[in-house]
Amino acid sequence: MTAILQAIGLSRRFGGLLAVADVSLALAVGELHAVIGPNGAGKSTLVNLLAGELLPTAGSIRIDGDDVTGRGNWRVARCGVGRSFQRTNLMPQMTVLENARLAVQARVSARGLLRTLRRDDASVSIARIALSRVGLAESADRIAGTLSHGQLRQLEIGVALAGQPKVLLLDEPLAGMGPEESETFATLLRELSRDHAVLLVEHDMDVVFAVAHRMTVMLDGRVLECGTPEAIRASAAVRDAYLGHSV
Amino acid sequence: MRCASPRGNLALALAALAIAAMPFYASPYHMQLASTAMIAAMFALSLQLLVGGAGMVSLAQAAFFGIGAYAVHLLARVTGGAPSILLSLPASASIAGLAALLIGPFALRTRGFFFLMTTLAFGQMLFFVFHDTSLGGGADGVFIQRPVLGAFGVALELTRANRPTVFLLLNLLVLTVMYAALWWLMRTLFGHALLGIRANEDRMRAMGHDVLRLKLAAFVVAGALAGIAGHMAALNDAFVNPELLGWHRSAEALLIVLLGGIAALHGPILGALAYTLIGEIGQSITERQRLVEGLVILAAVLLLRNGIAGIRLPT
Repeated sequence: MTAILQAIGLSRRFGGLLAVADVSLALAVGELHAVIGPNGAGKSTLVNLLAGELLPTAGSIRIDGDDVTGRGNWRVARCGVGRSFQRTNLMPQMTVLENARLAVQARVSARGLLRTLRRDDASVSIARIALSRVGLAESADRIAGTLSHGQLRQLEIGVALAGQPKVLLLDEPLAGMGPEESETFATLLRELSRDHAVLLVEHDMDVVFAVAHRMTVMLDGRVLECGTPEAIRASAAVRDAYLGHSV
Repeated sequence: MRCASPRGNLALALAALAIAAMPFYASPYHMQLASTAMIAAMFALSLQLLVGGAGMVSLAQAAFFGIGAYAVHLLARVTGGAPSILLSLPASASIAGLAALLIGPFALRTRGFFFLMTTLAFGQMLFFVFHDTSLGGGADGVFIQRPVLGAFGVALELTRANRPTVFLLLNLLVLTVMYAALWWLMRTLFGHALLGIRANEDRMRAMGHDVLRLKLAAFVVAGALAGIAGHMAALNDAFVNPELLGWHRSAEALLIVLLGGIAALHGPILGALAYTLIGEIGQSITERQRLVEGLVILAAVLLLRNGIAGIRLPT
């Protein structure tokens, strides 16, 4: 498998704190790469670095071989990287459909922006497809702010999908969800990993071990271990540092 | 910010007809008053693209209004006579838009309160350019030659008698075209992107929108529209002074937007009509006109969350 997103020696320092230290990883389409680790291990910082939201102190990021380091998040997004946020980050006063449609529109060139929006626009149908993939087809016309917490988490992923990315960075998509919803999400994540390169940051170990193809364990900003779920489960270092009795 | 429904636009069209018919029933004084209100409406409408559209509260808007007005004077100095309105109107819009294009990249590096302060600073800088240098004719202002209403030797002769009627209809035409253009603009993908920025700028950026460029485009269009409003003011008054660029005029436009309704594109039009009316009534009943204005606006803002445009008649 050829890597579509490559991080090489990424580091990020916040004052005296080295939040991410020399992390390298590669994401390929068809693969779900899970990143786990205790709170403060640098997982969210890593996602923010990969999405271009934060500048790395050292290291570089390549998408399809192009160096995109320091280009800014909106340019990285245009290179085909979609992300969801740990804390729901949407337009609550707009409809569910408009939330997703704006993500589609992000790829329209400046000249195309002076077209008036019609009901049958291409952007509308792409947004509807993304919404139906995350199970929100019925709620398309609702105001996003009126959705339940679980539906908002679905919309987070729907918006990321609507941008038609090749790479999906999902930062704790299951935050605050019950066990039944986790089940549905696991199915969705498996489906998404078929035609995307997925990076999943998640605390729910049942889901992570059920869906991941590869795993990276982080501790204090460093990569502790990287390998298949079986290898991670068997690793003594990981057990000591993080998983403990939970596996 | 929503755009008026077809029924809402019909109501606005009827109001426009009532204004267009003023020469049949109203005095010249009242027609002049309506012209003043319509120019205020154009000015506030230009600001509404920023405030209601993209959520950018700017205090530099009067600077672009003033530049549009001064452009008429400067153009007349360059051409050595009264220019045609077909030349002066685009010139005012372009020069004001150009000023916005120069200021925008700096001002747009800031957001929220800091954007407010940065635009205040840039606005005041431009104010002092006209106040303290000889560029525009000095601190006291200058009387200007009105642009000619026509071109290529054919022009409408302005007399003291027909002036209120001609200006009334001209201002109505410009206001109508400006509103229609903004109504269309807010329905384009660009307009939708602005609303997205107002709702959640960070997420728009994360989606891949070039937020800075979108905001700059809005800032320039709004500046050009304010320039058009300034042009109409200069035409109306045949006089320009640096006060046109002062920050309190920007604040007044914000007040009109707030009074009319921040959540509706046509809010500023209703706001400007109401604001002019309140001032007029206040003047007729007391010498403390500003006190009446203040109290009415305070009441309107406290009681009407979405301004006058938010009033729903029981059906």
